Amino acid sequence: MAAFLGLFRRDLSLALRQGGDTGLVLGFFVLAVILFPFGVGPEPEVLQRIGAGIIWVAALLAALLSLDRLFEADYRDGELDLLTLSNLPLELAVLAKCAAHWVATGLPLALTSPFLALLVDLDPGAIAILFVSLLVGTPALSLIGSVAAALSLGARRQGVVLSLLVLPLYIPPLIFGAGAVEASAVDGGARAYLLILCAISLAALAFCPWASAAALRQALE
Amino acid sequence: MINWLANPARFMRLSASAMPWCGWTAVIALTIGLFWSLVAAPPDYQQGDTVRIMYVHVPAAWMALSVYLFVAAASAVALVWRHPLADVAARAAAPIGAAFTFICLATGSLWGRPMWGAWWVWDARLTSVLILFFLYLGYIALVNAFDDPSRGGRAGAVLALVGIVNLPIIKFSVDWWNTLHQPASVLRVGGPTIAISMLVPLLIMALGFGLFFLTLLMLRMRTALNERKAAVLRLNAGAARGPRPERARTVSAHTAIP
Amino acid sequence: MTEPAPDLVAEALACRRGERLVFAGLSFRLSAGGALLLTGTNGSGKTSLLRVLATLIRPAEGRLIWGARPVEAEGAVYRAQLDFVGHQDGVKPGLTPREVLAFWVALRGIERSRVPRLVEAALAAFALDGVADWPCRWLSAGQRRRIALARLVAAPASMWLLDEPTSALDHENQSRLERAIAEHRASGGRVVVASHSPIDLGVVAATLTLDAFALPPDYAIAG
Repeated sequence: MAAFLGLFRRDLSLALRQGGDTGLVLGFFVLAVILFPFGVGPEPEVLQRIGAGIIWVAALLAALLSLDRLFEADYRDGELDLLTLSNLPLELAVLAKCAAHWVATGLPLALTSPFLALLVDLDPGAIAILFVSLLVGTPALSLIGSVAAALSLGARRQGVVLSLLVLPLYIPPLIFGAGAVEASAVDGGARAYLLILCAISLAALAFCPWASAAALRQALE
Repeated sequence: MINWLANPARFMRLSASAMPWCGWTAVIALTIGLFWSLVAAPPDYQQGDTVRIMYVHVPAAWMALSVYLFVAAASAVALVWRHPLADVAARAAAPIGAAFTFICLATGSLWGRPMWGAWWVWDARLTSVLILFFLYLGYIALVNAFDDPSRGGRAGAVLALVGIVNLPIIKFSVDWWNTLHQPASVLRVGGPTIAISMLVPLLIMALGFGLFFLTLLMLRMRTALNERKAAVLRLNAGAARGPRPERARTVSAHTAIP
Repeated sequence: MTEPAPDLVAEALACRRGERLVFAGLSFRLSAGGALLLTGTNGSGKTSLLRVLATLIRPAEGRLIWGARPVEAEGAVYRAQLDFVGHQDGVKPGLTPREVLAFWVALRGIERSRVPRLVEAALAAFALDGVADWPCRWLSAGQRRRIALARLVAAPASMWLLDEPTSALDHENQSRLERAIAEHRASGGRVVVASHSPIDLGVVAATLTLDAFALPPDYAIAG
């Protein structure tokens, strides 16, 4: 347990000390959302209709940007070997790193979303559901992303391969996350979508650390 | 039997004799199947002649899923038992599976236009098959993304196994969700609901597609093994010009080619 | 009375890197207090052998036996008693040496109360006290190597696997390492060192020159 918390704290402090990382992700998030009114026109009705989807897609892409640093540094400087050989099972090490990644990336994305929702003219009920959906869905993004990051460790064009692997896998959380906001127009309609989103995150929690650890072991061999 | 096949030399001999049989039987099956389905089979009472796209679309879909299962099984064998040919088999099969998936999506789209009025709809079955297509592409990209080919093989094997979760989703998507795509008519509990006059040409086409896959698989595996042999010979030719260490050692054949 | 630590026995190990077999038919026995020096040219498989011993790589052929049982069966127990120092230092530029060592000790499952003392001892063993609170990006290559080696002292383990430990080290620090190895062996630990520069390990159990286990260029090809 102490080892798990130690790894979590270390990864988190590295991410925050590097500082720029969270800022870059948030910067990209904001810019990506801002691009859409220029692309589809600024009419409030249009933006309101597609707003939740825009914010979710932008959050996905922003999360994608930060995935390659999840294991890369440890792989490059040999610390991944040490993590594999330590007392902490590799699956738990992956979980600790994903948790730190979520706190440094997913959580800020979720917290920034209400402000961006104002830019696309969503009404307060929808904004609340959007925030909750991102809060519940971004852990799945970090976990699923960790599998793709582990698989593409050391690849020639890691960023591109990572995107190709992870974006199809991001489609289920996207469907239910953005769908929840749309369904919230009907009273209580969002509940089913949010529950399924929770289920996706929990399934990712159960499955992904194990898959990532397997991929990491193959990377080290 | 898998162990017996592990020897690349034995595989080359077997496939050399099996390939012509497989190939010609595939040609015959496809010829009969195409004639039967495009000409002789009855038109559907609702869809008319449009239904004939089914005879290509459905076998392609079956192959897309089966080939993925094959890739995943070969990957499991490669990771767990380190079978030397399993990695070769998985890599050879993946592009064929991707092609079948593409044919399935394209013919489905052509069928959907007259049936549903749209080239594409975002229902559960179509979306999950599209994800399968991207899984294939991702697998192919991943195994080719590394300078060390064996690292690529291992990464691809893990990806193939991870992506298995998509298969039950595809199969049962028409049951779990309200989809535009029709529910299962052949592989379902309670037996097929499709008419025999349509089922038979469908199965013949499926047989033809399957044999075609096997032929192509053997061809690709033989090519891959020949490429490796050529690379080893190049390595030897280069090393033979260098200094020789004192101890000579013969290594058994099936470990010489990884 | 504690029972003696089990011998590590390698039987006909072979290792595949990429598409070639780097070595084959390699066997040795390493007992408590023993040392094994791996030498050989670049590419002969010294690092690969160390990684096989650390269970990071599965051998293509052969077995590794520890205490009469194969290492795969023992898994976590075997790994818990070994320390691996690879080519790279495993030192994050954004952390200080003290933080690096404290993290490592926590990772080895040692309780919090003992951590500070162990970290101080490790820092002192390689004369890192002066730079203990500097971020590692300010440190030289030799200082980072010393942090990697300080891990050996910080969280004791009975088997040390060292890959080119003296690279980037000056003479004084190499002596410190040799002393640490001697103390470790005296207390019953064992060490496997891969090095192509001279290192004094005292009475060495065996020197394995890996080139002797390389495959000759004309190995049989099937088909």
